[in-house]
Amino acid sequence: MSLRASLVHFIAGDPQAARVVPPTGFTVWLTLFSAAAMAFLAVFALALSLATGRLAERWGSELARSSTVRISAPAGQMAAQTETALKLLKTTKGVARARALDADEQSALLEPWFGPGLAIDALPIPQLIEIIEEGEGFDAMGLRLRLAAEVPGAVLDDHTRWRRPLVQAAARLRLLGWLSLLLIGGATAAMITLAAKAALAANAQVISVLRLVGARDSYIARAFMRRFTWRSFIGAVLGVALGCGAIAMLPAADPGGGFLTGLGFQGLHWLIPLIIPPLAAFAGFVATRGAARKTLKEMP
Amino acid sequence: MPLVRHSKAEIVVFGERPVINLENVAYSYGGGELLSDITLKLQPGSFHFLTGPSGSGKTTLMKLCYGALTATSGQVTLFEEDVRGMSRDDLALIRRRIGVVHQDCQFLDHLSVAENISLPLMVSGRDDLKQSANLKELINWVGLSPRAGALPPELSGGERQRAALARAVIMSPDVVLADEPTGNIDWEMSQRLLRLLIELNQMGRTILIATHDLALIRAVKTQVQARVLRISKRRLHLAGADL
Ligand SMILES: Nc1ncnc2c1ncn2[C@@H]1O[C@H](COP(=O)(O)OP(=O)(O)OP(=O)(O)O)[C@@H](O)[C@H]1O
Ligand SMILES: [Mg+2]
Repeated sequence: MSLRASLVHFIAGDPQAARVVPPTGFTVWLTLFSAAAMAFLAVFALALSLATGRLAERWGSELARSSTVRISAPAGQMAAQTETALKLLKTTKGVARARALDADEQSALLEPWFGPGLAIDALPIPQLIEIIEEGEGFDAMGLRLRLAAEVPGAVLDDHTRWRRPLVQAAARLRLLGWLSLLLIGGATAAMITLAAKAALAANAQVISVLRLVGARDSYIARAFMRRFTWRSFIGAVLGVALGCGAIAMLPAADPGGGFLTGLGFQGLHWLIPLIIPPLAAFAGFVATRGAARKTLKEMP
Repeated sequence: MPLVRHSKAEIVVFGERPVINLENVAYSYGGGELLSDITLKLQPGSFHFLTGPSGSGKTTLMKLCYGALTATSGQVTLFEEDVRGMSRDDLALIRRRIGVVHQDCQFLDHLSVAENISLPLMVSGRDDLKQSANLKELINWVGLSPRAGALPPELSGGERQRAALARAVIMSPDVVLADEPTGNIDWEMSQRLLRLLIELNQMGRTILIATHDLALIRAVKTQVQARVLRISKRRLHLAGADL
């Protein structure tokens, strides 16, 4: 029977059939426990993937406008120096755009520190120029030298550029998260296969009685598949509940927060772990089907 | 046209094609041969007893008759199909036509007696309402009504045998193979179980009973035409008329 046909038969078939398999034995706990543990881990791997994804995105977008040039000059020279700096930046390779912030934008930046309604004109604050990079970005050292030569009051601030390798690391971390999910799925299937094989071996007498009364091997296999699929599902539900609970109890993430406090689900992402139990059930189904077919074929 | 055949074991049979047919069958569990040159034809509607000393191979012969063991040589055909060529599924379908009472009566210990008796219906998907009336009647017949809800480990030896017999006949099989079905049962109850088997036989079913109980055989022979087969020195013989 093809996988699809046996899945249909499994879902539509006689739900009583599972009862011919004793509901007891250590394999019950083995299956429940491994499904729960794996689902718990899967929740974290999922959270890791999603969080690093968000982080990479955020840092990536911050990188695009990561640099500023700050010009501190006597009031009379400010406009001229700003003009020179902008001209210089326009001819710098790797700079997409350079733009002087206007007074409103500057006071908005200062507002968190000095409160609203700041009379910015009354203060000798520096002029900021925002640089938007392109391609590989600019050569910071070269730009600094040129600025020093032509705009004495300019300071290039590229403090967020150090994040560039981190964005790459975050993307890599996300990949590792997905890989872990795959590995967890594989390990779950392997453990359930072992548990199912142990259960089949432990129930050799049940199988011989069933065969004596004319049960086909497919019927016997289905009975075991029902038991194990159901147990994998229940175990995974428990694991997901625990995992989500643990994540919900992590300290609250502040919006601009670092990596660790950002681990978790946001909004609709909380629904994603719900696919873990059905996936675990499917893994249980496929694993038990393989184990049962093989074991029954080998049993005398 | 009825056939007449002379088998090596001098078992002369009349009638249609045998439902179970062993031809020059030998069997060994790995050591020396336990059964040699066995030829046995169970015609539809026949009634046979199988006797022989303990350890002579009665149970083994029964197992050959329902495909639980495969002959080391010779040919076994069940309902005209060679056991050797059968798939597991074919064998499962054949088992539904052969009711077996095991000597050691195995059950599913986590299911009730009633559920165990209806197991053949359950695994063949015939577990419907009409059958459940038959089930009650049958449980009553074997005197297990008060124990229907019990679990098999709670039954006495005789109760187990009665439950096993009920399970063997519930599908109304073409053939009933019973291995010592009355070993632990009092005379009265064993007479009652035999009546059930005789009734099935009169409805055209084929019966083969392995037993040591000569009184039982005599009692049956007054009611139906039954042959007595005997295993001795690895071979199958037709026992004399003295029984
Ligand atoms: N699975 C087995 N492996 C090896 N030897 C076996 C096996 N089953 C039975 N035997 C041996 O084969 C011989 C015949 O056994 P069998 O059960 O057929 O005898 P029996 O005639 O039914 O005896 P009883 O009247 O005591 O039930 C015995 O010597 C037994 O020990
Ligand atoms: Mg025996």
